[in-house]
Amino acid sequence: MRHTIVRRALFIILIASGSLLAQVSNERILHSTQEPQNWLTHHGNYNSQRYSTLSQVTPENVKNLEIQWLYQSRSLEKFEATPLVVDGIMYTVQAPNDILAIDAATGRLFWTYSHTPDAAARPCCGRVNRGLAILGDTLFMATIDARLVAVDAKNGRPLWNVAVARPESGYAMTLAPLVVKDKVIVGTAGGEYGIRGFIAAYDARTGKEAWRFYTIPGPGEPGHETWPANSNAWEHGGASVWVTGSYDPDLNLTYWGIGNPGPDWNGDDRGGDNLYACSVVALDADTGKLKWYYQFSPHDEFDYDSTQVPVLADMQWKGSPRKVMLWANRNGFFYVLDRTTGQFLLGKPFVEVNWASGFDEKGRPQRVPGMVPTTQGTLILPGNQGGTNWYNPSYSPKTGLFYIPTWANYSSLYVKQSVEYVEGRNFGGGAPRATTQSGIRTTANNYAKEDEGYGAIRALDPHTGEMKWQFKMTDVTDAGVLTTASNLLFSGGREGYFYALDARDGKLLWKFPVGGRVVAGPMTFSLAGRQYVSIAAGNSLFTFALKQ
Amino acid sequence: MSSRVCILVAILAAAALPAVAQHEYTESEIEAGKQQYSTACNRCHGPDGDNIANADIGHGKFRRATSDADLVGLIRNGIPGTRMAPIANMSEPNAQTIVAYMRSMAATAAAVAALPAGDGGRGKTVFEGKGACGTCHRVGDRGSRSGPDLSQIGAQRRMVEIHRSLVDPDAEIIPANRSLRIVTKDGATITGRLLNQDTFTLQVLDTKDEKLKSFSKSNLREYAFVSNSSMPSYKDKLSSQELSDLISYLTSLKGQAN
Repeated sequence: MRHTIVRRALFIILIASGSLLAQVSNERILHSTQEPQNWLTHHGNYNSQRYSTLSQVTPENVKNLEIQWLYQSRSLEKFEATPLVVDGIMYTVQAPNDILAIDAATGRLFWTYSHTPDAAARPCCGRVNRGLAILGDTLFMATIDARLVAVDAKNGRPLWNVAVARPESGYAMTLAPLVVKDKVIVGTAGGEYGIRGFIAAYDARTGKEAWRFYTIPGPGEPGHETWPANSNAWEHGGASVWVTGSYDPDLNLTYWGIGNPGPDWNGDDRGGDNLYACSVVALDADTGKLKWYYQFSPHDEFDYDSTQVPVLADMQWKGSPRKVMLWANRNGFFYVLDRTTGQFLLGKPFVEVNWASGFDEKGRPQRVPGMVPTTQGTLILPGNQGGTNWYNPSYSPKTGLFYIPTWANYSSLYVKQSVEYVEGRNFGGGAPRATTQSGIRTTANNYAKEDEGYGAIRALDPHTGEMKWQFKMTDVTDAGVLTTASNLLFSGGREGYFYALDARDGKLLWKFPVGGRVVAGPMTFSLAGRQYVSIAAGNSLFTFALKQ
Repeated sequence: MSSRVCILVAILAAAALPAVAQHEYTESEIEAGKQQYSTACNRCHGPDGDNIANADIGHGKFRRATSDADLVGLIRNGIPGTRMAPIANMSEPNAQTIVAYMRSMAATAAAVAALPAGDGGRGKTVFEGKGACGTCHRVGDRGSRSGPDLSQIGAQRRMVEIHRSLVDPDAEIIPANRSLRIVTKDGATITGRLLNQDTFTLQVLDTKDEKLKSFSKSNLREYAFVSNSSMPSYKDKLSSQELSDLISYLTSLKGQAN
């Protein structure tokens, strides 16, 4: 009898621990670096370094990588998602809003959940999605019709589905949500449609909104004075959010990059700095209250969204340990900020820049006179797509270098026009034009010269902003970067290659012709002692491992 | 929520005259019609055809049609001024199969007509108590995932189908609910719901630990479909009243996430 009771108790404990292990708890997400075999958040972990401690694949053996499987999506849209991997199951998104559960070892499908977006959805730049978040046994997806959907990770069944904003007004969501504690945090795209952007947190269990932070302060709120008085410009001022933020559990702060103000290229009717457009904001993760902000591009008229990934690192800074944030901005500057206070520590161009000449002591950029959009057009470096953009950089604590997918020698002719706000219509106020015959190429064939713009991976010393090396590509790039503890760097580009570099010196070690644009970030995981590397390219998802 | 184009709304309205089937339909026509109905009609009219007020198309009550040909015309052309839009690319033969299925619905609905009136609230108690349905089934965020999820069963299955599954679970196991018994080469036995398969691999949801698992067939000693449902028959376990209450509860589960 006693044995029976003991056995039952043991059984219950085993069941309980088994279910805890199976679920993606907050503890597991907080300590995700301790389980590098998985990829539990969009950027790999809360510090968003896109760095993995897996080291089976090395500079010496990376030449033996071979394709294990590829999944061809049933979508002709850009494949921008970075997958999650949880204990051998891969979860990703097939554009626009299909969640896939895939066996990570073989690429075979367990189930699909399809969300059919409302016909009113009008994302500016593709019916795309960049990935998912998970908590417990629930996956979360933000949709292009501005809804947040919770789905059972075991069987793909929808659990709840809530409206975040009105797609008719131009709101859309393309980012992967961020789970912090019991909340799911998202932000709204739509900066080209005159939205008023916001970041909002939802109860992970019910979908009920817990807090909302408007990225444009309303009347009476600090920062509202950076918009013109007696005007409703702030109501349609953009400041969208479309790249997943980061989280520092010690500070309980979540960091998000904010997009451009609207109209994009004509700031005449929105005089002032236009907070918090083109800024990073640090919010209390429980309440959404603003702790600090830093504005990279006050009164932006170049579409310099600050929707980059806030990369968090702890490093020695001028002799003292410091919690910093590394940021390569679309505006062409590389920044180091103190992420506890928002203090500006360093700003240095990582590409050619002609709109600002430097910074004052508080970190405000010093504008170059005359470098503004005009009706005739002004040539600005970097151009409209920026020195970099949304594609994720990587920081390797192993090499101490920060790696940026870069557009070099790239400029635009900024032309402004007048525009009236009409709900749901484009609210650009002008257009950037190519400055060279090649411009941003729309043909399948590439005829460009290097001085007309090229792509590169640039490796910076974050202490100085100095470039240590670069790997040049003939074409520009929309690919993210992954680094590993074995000093490997994975990336790709528009040319349709996925490749590995030596993270120490940028030497090309391996490449694979994926045959389509890489418009996503790579990730790595391991199963049964075998390391895999996955990347979406063209319309397919590729997974590699060493030849056995 | 995505826009919902109601396709078959209001083939009829109130005071309907039962239209008479023009001829006998074959089983294959009825089965084909069931599939057509599922994709074209179910969303608005519901699995029992009685979702639209005064338009009980599952029981042969049509206000605007008397003949099968009338029904085919309504399906293909819609009803102007109502939410019943024409169904794009609906061929006449396909529309005829929908009519065949609707006629069969009326006939088969008789199977549950003899049951006493059910109460969904009491049925929930049966579900959670005497029936112990949550041991295998999930509703919302409660219960097991080893059996079919029932959160939306009322929007997916007819009352008569639910009744049949309860009293005779082996009568029909839909393909998405098939189970496999797998024995690995090292002797481990796994029973799971089949999610996917190909020449070389199998993907299942293990009914024991509710984990998604993928197997290489070359690593298996054997695998086979489980021919019988693991669900017990409730024919003699529940009274007619309890059965009716349980069916009322299940048909009320239309939980489209929202």
